[in-house]
Amino acid sequence: MALDNKKLKMASIQLQSLAHRYPSAADYALNSMQQSWNDGGAYALLGPSGCGKTTLLNIISGLLKPSEGRVLFDDFDVTDLTTEQRNIAQVFQFPVVYDTMTVADNLAFPLRNRGIAKNEIEKRVADTLQMLDLQGRANERARSLTADDKQKISLGRGLVRTDVQAILFDEPLTVIDPHLKWQLRTELKKIHQRFQHTMIYVTHDQTEALTFADQVIVMYEGAVVQIGTPQQLFETPEHTFVGKFIGSPGMNVLPCEIDGSEAVFAGKKFSLNTAVDNRGARFELGIRPEHITLSQSEGMPLTVTALEDVGRHVIVRGEIAGTALCALVKDGVAIPENPCVSFDSARINLYADDYRVGSGRGD
Amino acid sequence: MSIQKVQNNKAWFMVMPVLILVAISAIIPLMTVVNYSVQDTFGNNEFFWVGTEWFQEILSSERFHNALLRTLLFSGLILAIEIPLGILIALAMPKRGWSVSVCLVLMALPLLIPWNVVGTIWQVFGRVDIGLLGHGLASLGIDYNYTQDNLDAWLTLILMDVWHWTSLVVLLCYSGLVSIPEVYYQAARIDGASRWAVFRFIQLPKIKRVLLIAVLLRFMDSFMIYTEPFVVTGGGPGNITTFLSIDLVQMAVGQFDLGPAAAMSLIYFLIILLVCWVFYTVMTSYDNDEQLNGPGAQ
Repeated sequence: MALDNKKLKMASIQLQSLAHRYPSAADYALNSMQQSWNDGGAYALLGPSGCGKTTLLNIISGLLKPSEGRVLFDDFDVTDLTTEQRNIAQVFQFPVVYDTMTVADNLAFPLRNRGIAKNEIEKRVADTLQMLDLQGRANERARSLTADDKQKISLGRGLVRTDVQAILFDEPLTVIDPHLKWQLRTELKKIHQRFQHTMIYVTHDQTEALTFADQVIVMYEGAVVQIGTPQQLFETPEHTFVGKFIGSPGMNVLPCEIDGSEAVFAGKKFSLNTAVDNRGARFELGIRPEHITLSQSEGMPLTVTALEDVGRHVIVRGEIAGTALCALVKDGVAIPENPCVSFDSARINLYADDYRVGSGRGD
Repeated sequence: MSIQKVQNNKAWFMVMPVLILVAISAIIPLMTVVNYSVQDTFGNNEFFWVGTEWFQEILSSERFHNALLRTLLFSGLILAIEIPLGILIALAMPKRGWSVSVCLVLMALPLLIPWNVVGTIWQVFGRVDIGLLGHGLASLGIDYNYTQDNLDAWLTLILMDVWHWTSLVVLLCYSGLVSIPEVYYQAARIDGASRWAVFRFIQLPKIKRVLLIAVLLRFMDSFMIYTEPFVVTGGGPGNITTFLSIDLVQMAVGQFDLGPAAAMSLIYFLIILLVCWVFYTVMTSYDNDEQLNGPGAQ
């Protein structure tokens, strides 16, 4: 039974105790996860190379069968359905075009395979060509195009299908020229607003993820470590990895000790909003460089090791009691000779074994 | 020419070794054949100029026409069977795992056997008295005898060539198929492509070049086939399996008609050259087409 028979336009996606291990591998590529993603949402799957993003995407599209757990579209179990039956569009990292076909035939291909009426195909192909700015090349052979244009066709073969459950993008703009990248990303955003497809966009580029998605799913070593809006990821990273990965430069993660409801770093005490009792855990403080202020005398003395001028601000790199730390200073603000640093204590997060367990209390 | 070019004729010395080798191995023997083809001899090393007489005689002889037709029919049948069969086997072969090496070795085995041994194997295999195939068919009540029946002789030769050479097509196609990135198949599944569409739009375009080479090699080899049919049928029964090569050897060595044989071998050579030229033109025009249209083609 194919899902498109149910006249569903899009679907929410649920992953139940989903895990995957490749047959020859010892470790799990994906650790057991429980997720529910809304119908019509624009999600970005963000994480470093090899964290399982593509594996997860291929499981959702049905190219890969998970070794454990179920995949549901709108409460309908699709785990055992083939890719064709799931009615999913997916765009890959490297362009895939059918060399011997023309540009227009490439775009019409997924529609023809599904037996859609001829005039409907023509209309949708024309729309897609216009959307991708390829009208003039409709009758050219696909193999004669540049890599950019080939990838546009790959995108187009996903976008031409207006009735899909979801569109999955696997780092689709990797091979695209930076200038065109912006243009296409904006275009994708527009398409999302117009058709309200569920879109999942895999990337390892935080800017791309944060600009494209309403919700960013951060993955690390085969697990989802946080789902949130760009703002949540920035302000309350649930995992030290998220803190380090999001933001440029990333969050400072400083080893600390716990004393009742206070965290102690380099002799200085920071009060917490909760009492913490995780005996034996490895505790760390997280503070963003944006939330550190430099002054002449107030706070902990910082040994400056490097200054990097990145335009709108200067990154001050230094050490406190042997721990590396960096701070941001707005361009034009004077940096003291022997600076001292103080943390905005309301912006502090506390981590036990890399997971967030509390935050600082504003003074 | 407005551009001044530095002329340095010493470079010709560099190509001298190749020129000498080619001269000794190809050009001089070929010229000897040309020499024979325009003269007649009655022994005693005395030669008489006959011009194009031998060529006219060969081109108008029914014997040559028949041998040519038989050879063309043989090559046509061989291509019609081995190319599709080779593609099918290549498609069915495993893509990974230990079975890949097993398949490849099995495929390569027939190619390693010397041609006259292949002939001998099939000559014995098909014999009605002791051969596994011949005796087996006979005991099933099928009247099979390649030494007496025309159709049986052809079937045996074609079967033998298919057994011997399909592997070459398989190996070439397989090498083309394994070089197709997995993502093409994934995209095809996303696009809902049928098995036929995957073959037609992904696999066939990607193996097109190796396939052209396979067709060219199989055409040339089957058009020039000599050893195997000579061993199995010797051109018989009657003349029914006398291909151009067998006919040529009979004429040159059997009858010692050096003039007509030389003329015939030149015509034979020109036919092969013509067909190769056609293939070459087709292949290069395909490449040029790609270059003209696609500066960004991968």
